[in-house]
Amino acid sequence: MVNKKVVSILTITTVILVGLYIFVGINSSNFGYFFPRRLTRILGIILVGLTISISTVIFQALTNNKILTPNMLGFDSMYVLSQTTMVFFFGQMSIINTNNQLNFFITLIVMVLLSSVLYGLLFKKMGSQIIAMLMIGIILSTLFRSFSSFLQMIMDPNEFSIIQDRSFASFNNMNTNILWYAVILTFVVFIIISEDLIKLDVVALGKEHAINLGINYDKFSRKQLILISTLIAIATSLVGPIMFLGLLVVNIARVISKTYKHTSLIILSFLISLVFLIGGQLVLERIFNFALPLNIVINFVGGMYMLYLLKKEMTL
Amino acid sequence: MIKLENISKKYHDFEVVKEVNLEIEKGKLTTIIGPNGAGKSTLLGMVSRLIEKSGGNVFIGDIAIENWKDSELAKTLAILKQDNNVNIKITVEELVAFGRFPYCKGKLSKEDKAMIENAINYMGLEEMKDKYLNELSGGQRQRAFIAMIIAQDTEYILLDEPLNSLDIKHAKELMNIIRDLVDKLGKTVVMVLHDINFASVYSDAIIAMQDGKVFKIGSVEEVICDETLNSLFDTNMKIHKFEERIICIYY
Repeated sequence: MVNKKVVSILTITTVILVGLYIFVGINSSNFGYFFPRRLTRILGIILVGLTISISTVIFQALTNNKILTPNMLGFDSMYVLSQTTMVFFFGQMSIINTNNQLNFFITLIVMVLLSSVLYGLLFKKMGSQIIAMLMIGIILSTLFRSFSSFLQMIMDPNEFSIIQDRSFASFNNMNTNILWYAVILTFVVFIIISEDLIKLDVVALGKEHAINLGINYDKFSRKQLILISTLIAIATSLVGPIMFLGLLVVNIARVISKTYKHTSLIILSFLISLVFLIGGQLVLERIFNFALPLNIVINFVGGMYMLYLLKKEMTL
Repeated sequence: MIKLENISKKYHDFEVVKEVNLEIEKGKLTTIIGPNGAGKSTLLGMVSRLIEKSGGNVFIGDIAIENWKDSELAKTLAILKQDNNVNIKITVEELVAFGRFPYCKGKLSKEDKAMIENAINYMGLEEMKDKYLNELSGGQRQRAFIAMIIAQDTEYILLDEPLNSLDIKHAKELMNIIRDLVDKLGKTVVMVLHDINFASVYSDAIIAMQDGKVFKIGSVEEVICDETLNSLFDTNMKIHKFEERIICIYY
């Protein structure tokens, strides 16, 4: 069961941080300007926390590991690549590049198709070889990134500026055009996933035990892969690539909760990510005056944490 | 009854199991023996849908395995493989509770809890039910997994080398428990064994496999004889009757 005390402490901390974030420095004259902006930013952060926590927990249950996250396998460089190819082949004036919402949905479809084929194959061939998967993931994400920058080199500078604008979304510069679509989509995915959460506990036992206990493993993992890429697409289109957030929050949740139950793990990871993101944004925005982007701090801390985890696993 | 019709498995061009036809009787303890690479585990894997078959049909009861609903099949047939590494940190009791998943989908009822307790007692794990799996010895862990299979309460139980990593005492105890599952609870057990003497002493029927084919199938007396075993394993073996039991000496 979820440690109730931990959950309530985290919830209270989150509420306090949200309060601080929204209301510090606000007065009657600037209320109309700051309030809605800060509120949408909080909403965006909640979405990112939720999508990253869920997708990482599901992915780790499927692959039976605690280190790999979908972002590390190049899911978010795939996002940048699909953006780049769209601008490259259809031009900046094409409707799929000028209409943010349409662009969001097309990117989503491309990502779901591409990742189901690519990673579906990868899982099937080497589902249990974590290190090999990590290597292939890194190679794939480098490939996607190099291909994106190749296209960006040879494209029209005006078009390049569009890409730059899009792929440099961050917590300071959130892509709020699609926020409401993202909310609805996340909600839909959440409904679909909620019935599978209990199955995740069984799947985490390993493929053969899961089949023995009546799970149609191939169908289940295909479905989860589609949901994972949808969630990653949502998070990436909102705030850009954030490679290590999932790794960080899910592993901290594991350490705190000591439970194998995935529902508890998701709740905890979500709350931890909120404390991290809102607290981090608060400090960086108000104290450092936007001098340091949150994505970079997360990747720095997360990267070091990953090194620590790898070292720990190696010595075991 | 489990029925296999022309079942085969190919990896690329290499045929591991070649058009096997056989029937496994209900309420019996059937053992599959044979040299390494004979296709024993692959056969068991295909019967339990863990391994996709390349051709042929498997019938569990009267229904082809493809036509079973996954959740229903999990209440009818259970499989335990030889190496059971679980990456998550769970206690023995939590593991055994997974055996009830096909019935309760995670929400344990009173009956489920009673079944779990029974299974734990049956395998003599009461004292370590709150221990984590990774704190147990190989043999204890094996017993915990068998307890999960017992909690799953299926008509058919398939075991792939269940005696692996067990010492003589625990191997004997486990075989007695499996025998009891057949005699007292009326289960049908099929297992792959390497030790011919365990197979000979405890089984009702034996399937001998070689090169992906059934070499011989029948009762213990029919299969465990000089002639069959010598060519099956390609070694000299002497069969002795000892206190009503058929024992092989091959040392």
